[in-house]
Amino acid sequence: MSIEVKNLNKTFNGFKAVQNISLKLESGSLVALLGPSGSGKSTLLRMIAGLEIPDTGEILLTGREATHVSAKERNVGFVFQHYALFKHMTVFENIAFGLRVRKQSEKQIRDRVHELLSLIQLSGLDKRYPSQLSGGQRQRVAVARALAPRPGVLLLDEPFGALDAKVREELREWILRLHEESHVTTLFVTHDQNEALEVASRILIMNNGKIEQDGTPIEIFDHPATHFIAQFVGETNYIDTEVTEKGLAVWGPFRFSIDPKFAPHQKIRIYFRPHDVYVTESFETLQVKARIKKTRFKGTVIEYLLDIGEDKSIFAQVPKGVALASGFKENQDVYAAITAYHVFPL
Amino acid sequence: MNFQKSRVLPGFGLAMGLTLTYLCLIVLFPLAALVLKTSALSWGQFVQEVASPRVMASYRLTFGASFVAALCNSVFGAVLAWVLVRYDFPGRQVVDALIDLPFALPTAVAGITLTAIYAPNGVIGKLFAPLGISIAYTPLGITLALIFIGLPFVVRTLQPVLESLDPEMEKAAVSLGATRWYTVTRVVLPSLLPAWITGFSLAFARAVGEYGSVVFISGNMPMKTEITPLIIITKLEQYDYAGATAVGLVMLVISFCLLLTINWVQEHMGRYRAH
Repeated sequence: MSIEVKNLNKTFNGFKAVQNISLKLESGSLVALLGPSGSGKSTLLRMIAGLEIPDTGEILLTGREATHVSAKERNVGFVFQHYALFKHMTVFENIAFGLRVRKQSEKQIRDRVHELLSLIQLSGLDKRYPSQLSGGQRQRVAVARALAPRPGVLLLDEPFGALDAKVREELREWILRLHEESHVTTLFVTHDQNEALEVASRILIMNNGKIEQDGTPIEIFDHPATHFIAQFVGETNYIDTEVTEKGLAVWGPFRFSIDPKFAPHQKIRIYFRPHDVYVTESFETLQVKARIKKTRFKGTVIEYLLDIGEDKSIFAQVPKGVALASGFKENQDVYAAITAYHVFPL
Repeated sequence: MNFQKSRVLPGFGLAMGLTLTYLCLIVLFPLAALVLKTSALSWGQFVQEVASPRVMASYRLTFGASFVAALCNSVFGAVLAWVLVRYDFPGRQVVDALIDLPFALPTAVAGITLTAIYAPNGVIGKLFAPLGISIAYTPLGITLALIFIGLPFVVRTLQPVLESLDPEMEKAAVSLGATRWYTVTRVVLPSLLPAWITGFSLAFARAVGEYGSVVFISGNMPMKTEITPLIIITKLEQYDYAGATAVGLVMLVISFCLLLTINWVQEHMGRYRAH
């Protein structure tokens, strides 16, 4: 089932939660809706599910007008952040709920529930109550419950938000596999960029009720469309400066060649990621002198605060192996170059 | 239980000691006195006291009327609690305060008022008299009085549970295709069941022991509208202390067994809440 949204608007007590959003999801896609809290992503998801009514705009499911179709007739599976499992029902009855509503036969129900139980790897726990399950297990039951009536669309609202880091990672893998097997159109909301980058084949980034960028994880990461995305996705350095002459900006010892569309003396902000700062012990072309002021161990990388003179400093990240082999230490003089950056007008 | 075992959080000994002392003083000693007083009777006398036809009729009336009243309150109390929690309407706080009035009102005042209203010449009794229905001085009137005093128990036990009920659960049911009716009957009501049973048993227990509001409206006709607490009072007025305590003891045992059963049922149904 494909999803199409046209010029959707929603206001809560004067707060514009969703502003004029249009988007289209192909059938079978796996898309993340990423944004900080309060950006309107959950509201958008709930409107698609019919759990929230838009002020204006249109929602089409499989090309058919669904804006005024009630939630129970949309055939949309919805997974809530806090599971929303039926506490008084066993795991079996929770998953069977949507099938019982559709008055399926006992045998059909039993077969489908057991099929889903093995899919969520919880066979044998069918008689447990939700309170007897761990958080990760509960969320898997919630996904199975949503999938049981074979919905055309699966919507997940911060599905892993309430779980600890290890379980989140497992569930990410699991949701990917699940999507490969079921091919149900999936849209999930998250505020965790790693989750979005890792799981989705397409990411929509929302901010202040608007979609700021729509692209693949690589496009989003390497070509941020706006200031907000450059700062929001991944770690970044940013420097404010002005265009020195057509096609060139100078900041401290660094020289950036920039798009000639920027006029001389125009104020600009340049973003570059710490791992795009290339650090070596001995001078190579285009590098500038720097001094390591601080080092910080960050697992797979080591981060350095580099003093580049003129009271200016930047962060650089070097893969741990490289860093250890080079033997970088504090107060050492090194050379640095910025290999990739993005320029936005201020 | 090992009382000697050291605990991370201190205070168990003190709290447990205080609890037991308090329970003994307030509940167990009076009950023990009841048993002691009754033991003055021989077995034959005891049976005669507690199983005479007049007393038996009063058990049926007391427990029967209390049961019907508690059932009635369970239904309408739930509706009231639902309205108070789910809807915001002008005067909501007044209605909320009204619910507690049966708690505060001296029961005798309630009894006299109800009698005045439901008597054949009363405001409401007048409407029913031509239809041949008399409310005051019948089991119907007794039940009405018991409904009056039992209402707050159901409303006040259900209210907090309804308030804490996760609204997402209902949304989940809707997104799974459930109608409103299906959602309410299969999701909302079963979630309320444990609290509901508690409210029912509280209202029931209160009604069984009720005296003040009933004696005025019941008319106190032996075999017909005489409740057990009245029988006990009558015996006391005749200085038949052993007889009074014997009937009291029987009431106590029946009530205790019923409440125990209700708790057991609740425990089994409320399995999903624990852990």
